Amino acid sequence: MKSRKFWVNSLVHVILAVLGGIWILPIVFAVLTSFRAESGAEKTYIIPKAFTLANYQRLFTIETGGLNYARWFGNTVVVAIFSCVLSAFFILCVSFALSRMRFRMRQPFMNVALILGMFPGFMSMIAVYYILKGFGFLETGATSLVALVLVYSGGAGLGFYVTKGFFDTIPKSLDEAAFLDGCTKWQVFTKVTLPLSMPIAVYTLITSFMAPFTDYIFARVILGQNRDYYTIAIGLWTMLEQEFIEQYYTRFFAGCILISIPIAILFLLTQRFYTDSMSGAVKG
Amino acid sequence: MNKDISKTPPTVVGERFFTVEAFKYGDNITRLSALVFGLGNLLRGQAVRFALYIAAELGYIIYMAFFGVQAIANLGTLGTLTQSSVFDEAQGIYVTMPGDNSMLILLYGVVSILITLGFLCVMASSVRSAYVAQKALERNRKPDDFSTDAKSLLDTNLYKLLMAWPVTGILVFTVVPLVFMILIAFTNYDKNHQVPGNLFTWVGLENFKAMFSFGSTGLGSTFFPVLAWTLIWAVFATFSNYILGMILAIIINRNGTRLKSFWRFVFVLSIALPAFVSLLTMRTIFANSGPFNTLLMQLGIIKNPVVWWGDPTRAKIMIIIVNIWIGIPYTMLTTTGILQNIPAELYEAATVDGASPAVTFFKITLPYMMFIMTPYLITAFTGNINNFNVIYLLTGGGPESLDYYYAGKTDLLVTWLYKLTITNKDYNLGSVIGILVFVLMAVTSLIAYRQTGSYKNEEEFQK
Repeated sequence: MKSRKFWVNSLVHVILAVLGGIWILPIVFAVLTSFRAESGAEKTYIIPKAFTLANYQRLFTIETGGLNYARWFGNTVVVAIFSCVLSAFFILCVSFALSRMRFRMRQPFMNVALILGMFPGFMSMIAVYYILKGFGFLETGATSLVALVLVYSGGAGLGFYVTKGFFDTIPKSLDEAAFLDGCTKWQVFTKVTLPLSMPIAVYTLITSFMAPFTDYIFARVILGQNRDYYTIAIGLWTMLEQEFIEQYYTRFFAGCILISIPIAILFLLTQRFYTDSMSGAVKG
Repeated sequence: MNKDISKTPPTVVGERFFTVEAFKYGDNITRLSALVFGLGNLLRGQAVRFALYIAAELGYIIYMAFFGVQAIANLGTLGTLTQSSVFDEAQGIYVTMPGDNSMLILLYGVVSILITLGFLCVMASSVRSAYVAQKALERNRKPDDFSTDAKSLLDTNLYKLLMAWPVTGILVFTVVPLVFMILIAFTNYDKNHQVPGNLFTWVGLENFKAMFSFGSTGLGSTFFPVLAWTLIWAVFATFSNYILGMILAIIINRNGTRLKSFWRFVFVLSIALPAFVSLLTMRTIFANSGPFNTLLMQLGIIKNPVVWWGDPTRAKIMIIIVNIWIGIPYTMLTTTGILQNIPAELYEAATVDGASPAVTFFKITLPYMMFIMTPYLITAFTGNINNFNVIYLLTGGGPESLDYYYAGKTDLLVTWLYKLTITNKDYNLGSVIGILVFVLMAVTSLIAYRQTGSYKNEEEFQK
């Protein structure tokens, strides 16, 4: 009996090791290639012959006619900051109204939101594109970034589910106590609900902040051809195009690793805030 | 019938019918407020309200007179004047004469109709407001003045203040574009009818017929295979991630496994790469002369590079495998917590009864997990139907196929929609696909969500 257990355990560990290898190797490959000194795309070997930091440095040096990673990063950060503030504001407002107030259009609004959510997200992109073009947003690169902020945050009010669910868990007796003390609903929102909702507010902020870093299609449609105004996702995609792949292959991986670090940190934060918020607003 | 009784409003009236009630029991001034907005407010001493209402009404009338009526009338034909080249005798060259722009006509028409709907809402609100003022006077109370109204925005009417901006955003960036695109499905706005050079017009259900019919003009020979692959993909992607992720979590959680947090870390590490980075990395790894083929050749397993993305069947399998690679760590994270919450007594009882690990899994773990994670599975399933990134960044829908209409063998409905609209400019077909995806999503989610408790008992949960 004991030896059988030993064999099962050994087998499990061997399987885990093999699987772990499969999960780790692509990352190892990406990291190794990002430090590879030899330029060019695919090689007949995997482990680089020499290592260098130059790939990382060159991401931040401006070359004429080249691709400007630092600039893309800046664009993405700016877009992300504005769109996350707007989105979070929209989501918190809608969630509070839906969770704490009863009004005529409440149920119709929630039903419409459910229906709108079932259409493919970018089905309406063509119309959005022409609306933004009509307002003159797509004339220059800088305003097209503004347009991108609007695209990311414009419909954000529909993403109220998680936050509303959280507000629903805050006991109504707290609100009632505040009303007795003479608070208006606005004061309840800002002084009772919001302070109790910090984890979910931060969660909302970070998830909307991360969206522009990982979105590919909306940026592709809105940002057009001017490479100076790309965001990081389409920029990295560009590095793999025929025209650039030979020259930028190693820098592509360097760029990927570099962008992964902040996103990984943010992801870990969202997990923490998500777990915190799921454990309820008012403890014990 | 006694007049006095008929004038007394019912005691309990649903808010929904408040406008109807106002019409029924209001006096003539209240009723006239439907024609002259805010009239009731003006006569009852609410001047600012009157000013706001009348400004809205005048604004609408001016808009309709100069623009709106024409915009809605144009919807019937979507433009009649084609852009043309006219020979200019004086300059001796051909000059382009601007024609109608069907796309803008449709857009302005949709906007004008929405503005008219908004106008009707304001009209109803004007009648209600007059009625409220009337009732206040009947009870010898002064109707609220403007500062009271403004203050109520922070209190009983706070929802108006909170919802105003988000709803505006939703209207402009979601509703208007969506209505516009749905209408496009009933026109012939394809690559042969591009604005501003050409006009497009209504064609009824032609596009839907084309989508479902076979033969030289039909798209059925593309649509049905793509639909089939979309469903196969969604089922495999959802359940492979779910089941394998759960098994992985169980293996790591089981008592005999050492270094639990180390193994978790190993698998969670891949989450650190954003999905698009992992996808692009995977695409290069399995490229024809990419590192995976290199490795296999160095080990002597294969002689010539294997084409991973170029062969339809192999590409499909690879997509599902890569998706497993990306998805399992997420499932593992979510399931670990739930697994630890399964009551240990259940397992002890099973061991006492001599149940084998397989039986324990199928009789205890799986049913328990299914119970908790059904909503998660539904979200994952609908998310996979619309999983643009995995397909587009891995294969771009390829390998291309001559049997299909601008679709590759691994295209999902959504990536085909992308190609039809962005690359190919067949907006009408793209729009039809969008509507069909909606139907698919709606059917799936309705069947599924209706079963969950959180949908049925929303109010019960609130204390």
